Amino acid sequence: MIPTVPQSSLIKWSYRAYVMVFFIYLALPLTVVCVFAFNNSVFPSLPWEGFTLAWFFGTDAPFIGVFHERSILRAIGTSAFVAVWVSALSVAVGTCNAFLFVRHEFRGKALLYMLMLLPLIIPGVILGISILVFSSSVANTLEDATGLWFDSLRPGLPLVILGQFSFITTFATLVISARLQKFDPSLEEAALNLGASKLGAVRQITLPFLLPAIVASAVVSVLMSFENFNTTLMLVGSDSPLTITMFDKLKQGSTPVLNAVSLLLIIISAALGLISLLFQKSKD
Amino acid sequence: MRSDHQKLGFYLLIAPLLLWLVLLILLPHLGLFIVSISEKVGVREYETGFGNYAAFFNEPLYWRTFARTAIMSILATALTLILGFPIAYYIAKLTRGRTKTTLFMMCLIPFWVSELVRTFGWMILLRETGVFSQTLQYLGLTAGPIEFLYNDAAIMVGLVYTSILFMIVPLVTTLDSLDDSLVEAGYDLGGNGYSILREIVIPHAMPGIVSGCIVVFMLSLGNYLTPILLGGKDSLWFTGMIYSQFITRFNWELGSAFGFLLLALSSAVVFIGLKLSRQSLSETMGR
Repeated sequence: MIPTVPQSSLIKWSYRAYVMVFFIYLALPLTVVCVFAFNNSVFPSLPWEGFTLAWFFGTDAPFIGVFHERSILRAIGTSAFVAVWVSALSVAVGTCNAFLFVRHEFRGKALLYMLMLLPLIIPGVILGISILVFSSSVANTLEDATGLWFDSLRPGLPLVILGQFSFITTFATLVISARLQKFDPSLEEAALNLGASKLGAVRQITLPFLLPAIVASAVVSVLMSFENFNTTLMLVGSDSPLTITMFDKLKQGSTPVLNAVSLLLIIISAALGLISLLFQKSKD
Repeated sequence: MRSDHQKLGFYLLIAPLLLWLVLLILLPHLGLFIVSISEKVGVREYETGFGNYAAFFNEPLYWRTFARTAIMSILATALTLILGFPIAYYIAKLTRGRTKTTLFMMCLIPFWVSELVRTFGWMILLRETGVFSQTLQYLGLTAGPIEFLYNDAAIMVGLVYTSILFMIVPLVTTLDSLDDSLVEAGYDLGGNGYSILREIVIPHAMPGIVSGCIVVFMLSLGNYLTPILLGGKDSLWFTGMIYSQFITRFNWELGSAFGFLLLALSSAVVFIGLKLSRQSLSETMGR
């Protein structure tokens, strides 16, 4: 089964056919989602009623397009708000972690590294409920003790941000650490010899070197935050991000508006994914 | 002076890490465990005990759903491996250069898209008024509409679809490092396709198989969207049960016990998988 060893053409062609079928299987769901965003019908299903852009720009009921559907626009705004916060926090903490794990030797380092990887193997639903339980009990204790209200510890956007941050930081740490490991410390030493301060050398030499990894992990964090469902579901309050809003609408019955949102999401996430790949490539 | 500076720098670096791990990972899980072993005896009155776990084992609906979730996740993992292995082998060994990159990218792109969108796609395809049912009717193969959605097979299709990338990527990485000359040597020594697969290819790919299986099993076990949206009213999933205890029933004590059981199962599988393959968490997950 390698190119240099001859195979009967029957096996070869059936193998190729299987690979073809597999890629059709991969593409099929996304294709139908995109195609039915342009169907001139109130249900995302056959028969094909003709091409329309009403599900994007329409203003008359029932053909209200994405760009005029208030609830979806608000959800996109909420998601963007959460994503920016999560991305900023994860990259900042991830960069600190990278410097800590690559540059420092200390007791308990292996244990801390293991703990840092833990969020990868905790199911998202569990991460969500554990943070929910913990923050609620903290809020209860504080409220009993002080008589004040601590709304930011109740389900809502601050908790969603913390919940997503708690596992996305691990990814940011891994990406940035990998880049920092390739850094040649003699460059920083040269800067120190030339009279730079320690912080100045890090800022002018090391951070620019890390920039591709920092940008890539920021982009990936935004992507992961936008798409997260499991953790968010448990922590969400009255303002719901896009995935939660779409899930609620989907349960009530789907209209092609959802296809239109999905098409936009597909385009945005493919673009973000490609950007992050390009940045990761440019570092080699 | 200088070492004081370095010490200060070290503490500044380690502070965010410790805050993150302690406040968002360790304490919440400890809290989850404490809530799971407290029983409600009155209004805001609790007693410590294992009553919630006893409730889990005494109520067949609970532990059957748990077992069902575990078994279906194992099945999904096995299916993903069987379906994904030939693809990974094809990408790693039978293509070169640009074709290889293109095929690999084509595998990646669907996974940048939200799981919700992918599941929505399967709903459009499989439901009674969906594309498959309509196509079959159009071709005259069936008289009436067929419901493909809301059964266990639909859940399986969705689970495999959602997690197959996490099988293919580690497999491609390990198979890439398999030297063609080893396979040639196998043929020279009189092996056939099957014996070479069993004696050379699979042993070489074992680390990739293990890490792929661990990740796929974990993702299936913790999945919420796919079983809820594609499964029927009887197709319960354990994460759905945790959700209903927390959000619908507001029985956080029982919900926490459920959460802890799911976490225990998932950690046990990761641990056993790593022990069997003699790998460490850092190697497998750090990639």
